[in-house]
Amino acid sequence: MEAVEVVEGPVSVLDRADVDTDQIIPKQFLKRVERTGFGEFLFYDWLRDGEIELEANPILVAGRNFGCGSSREHAPWALQDFGFDAIIAPSFADIFRSNCTKNGLLPIELSEAACAAIAAAGEARVELESQAVSWNGGEERFEIDPEIKHRLLNGLDEIAITLQADSEIDVFEAESEAPGPVTTALQA
Amino acid sequence: MAQTMFDKIWRAHEVSEGLIYIDLHLVHEVTSPQAFDGLRLADRTVRRPDRTLATADHNVPTDGTPTARLIADELSRKQVETLEANCEEFGIPLYSLGSDRRGIVHVIGPELGVTQPGMTIVCGDSHTSTHGAFGALAFGIGTSEVEHVLATQCLGQKRPKTMRINYSGALAEGVVAKDLILATIGRLGTGGMSGYAVEYAGETIEALTMENRMTICNMTIEAGGRAGMIAPDQTTFDYVEGRAAAPEGAEWEAALERWRALPSDEGASFDTEVEVDATSISPMVTWGTTPGMVTEVAAAVPDPAKMNSPADRESAERALAYMALEPNTPITEIALDRVFIGSCTNSRIEDLREAAATVEGRLVAASVRAMVVPGSEQVRAQAEREGLDEIFEAAGFEWRDAGCSMCLGMNPDILAEGERCASTSNRNFEGRQGKGGRTHLVSPKMAAAAAVEGHFVDIRDWS
Repeated sequence: MEAVEVVEGPVSVLDRADVDTDQIIPKQFLKRVERTGFGEFLFYDWLRDGEIELEANPILVAGRNFGCGSSREHAPWALQDFGFDAIIAPSFADIFRSNCTKNGLLPIELSEAACAAIAAAGEARVELESQAVSWNGGEERFEIDPEIKHRLLNGLDEIAITLQADSEIDVFEAESEAPGPVTTALQA
Repeated sequence: MAQTMFDKIWRAHEVSEGLIYIDLHLVHEVTSPQAFDGLRLADRTVRRPDRTLATADHNVPTDGTPTARLIADELSRKQVETLEANCEEFGIPLYSLGSDRRGIVHVIGPELGVTQPGMTIVCGDSHTSTHGAFGALAFGIGTSEVEHVLATQCLGQKRPKTMRINYSGALAEGVVAKDLILATIGRLGTGGMSGYAVEYAGETIEALTMENRMTICNMTIEAGGRAGMIAPDQTTFDYVEGRAAAPEGAEWEAALERWRALPSDEGASFDTEVEVDATSISPMVTWGTTPGMVTEVAAAVPDPAKMNSPADRESAERALAYMALEPNTPITEIALDRVFIGSCTNSRIEDLREAAATVEGRLVAASVRAMVVPGSEQVRAQAEREGLDEIFEAAGFEWRDAGCSMCLGMNPDILAEGERCASTSNRNFEGRQGKGGRTHLVSPKMAAAAAVEGHFVDIRDWS
């Protein structure tokens, strides 16, 4: 994952609530076994049917509960591959938000009013370090988990970080792991 | 201090602050290939293959295709074959095509007894919340997290808030768990449980079978909930006992002692509590394009003009346009082209028994194509032992092999453009069951009765 500090530029707007990941990347494109190349299938049905128009800008302003439904990480892969580096919305679905941060795509939660103002302004600047979004005529701060922020700012590999605590996991397994099903002991 | 069930499980699995140990990792073909690639790229191994179990479900044709290499669709075949190769390479047990233990990942976990109370369970699938019905902490994850768990058996997690929903009273005749959870989602909204681990509690829940409890926990994600949980009790223990991976002898007794300590303590405090009078719940039918767009079968399609918030009005108008429904149309006048009984929500033996009892001695309406897809090969075998397949086929249903099938249209079972379907699955999103397809979510009984009549009926006064 590449480090992220600032995302700025024109915004695209998708003013709908409860946009689910089935719309972001329809199921027929989940059969690929790679992480790349999903951008051309973003909002496939909506774009192809003329339901929406969407330019490949750095920032997408979306409606509340964006990314609900399926846990498919193909959704942030497609948004990022299409060109978005940050998504600003009043709220996000939990799994989608988490998936975004694993890929350096910033999910920024702002008030409904700020989202509307940014959509109207047409441009914005997201600063991760100061946790602020500014646009022509306004600015609003956003919340982000400090560890996720640190990881994004430094482009860190989360697995490598966890593996640094390998000995702690060893200790947990030795002392605290509860007995449980052994899948490898099941008959084939 | 009094603890919630969530607190107890969370604390027992904290390796360090925010790093949670995972007891069981379930894997399927769609969300895992990129994770295994990541392991190879970084030269990493799977830490605990013995805590990992894989199956093929999303892509699998339900026509009896016996092995992966005979799957007609090239991309589906590649995805299942990739799973087989990855499991072989990393030593992960797998039930793929040809195995009599294959099935939908959220059906086979409980069925094999690998889903047990008190565990942390993850899977690259949002309906992993299903396993919470056993008093486990179970939630869906993305592919990066799948890779993380494969490599470390742990997951960095922010502690969710806790919610308890207390249900009182008995469900009315004809009203089942599916109606209870649809009504709950309708009340709280599609984002109403966002950020929460939700415990379903109260006498109504205690009276339910495990299969009904699974239906409820399964749909937690449709209100945005991270995890859905139900306290383990004798019903839970009876279900687990004797299954393939269940503990035996002294280990069973020790497990029971641990599991009996799991329920939330008296006086435990939740961030939010909700009270629901279960006696007032009706059979439910979704009318729109989110599971929260749901109403009672005796009601009518809502009129967006009467909605207060402009955002709700706009969403409802768009949903009704997609669904080709007029406001104020009685739900029972909605005619159907297809009926689908299956999915990780409602494809277990009890669901099939309920549906079979509803259609026994009757015929599917001439205008309807109806199919039943058991959740696993074991469910299929059990149903066939009980003769349910014969009841369904005599009524005009197609009886298929196990898989996710028409819940999400990643396999040949899909709706054609414009077709309208009564479905026992979990999502009525636009295009979910096929581009342009129109989905109404209902219980197995309601779907079965609708197949016979060709339109929705109120199961309470249908005979």
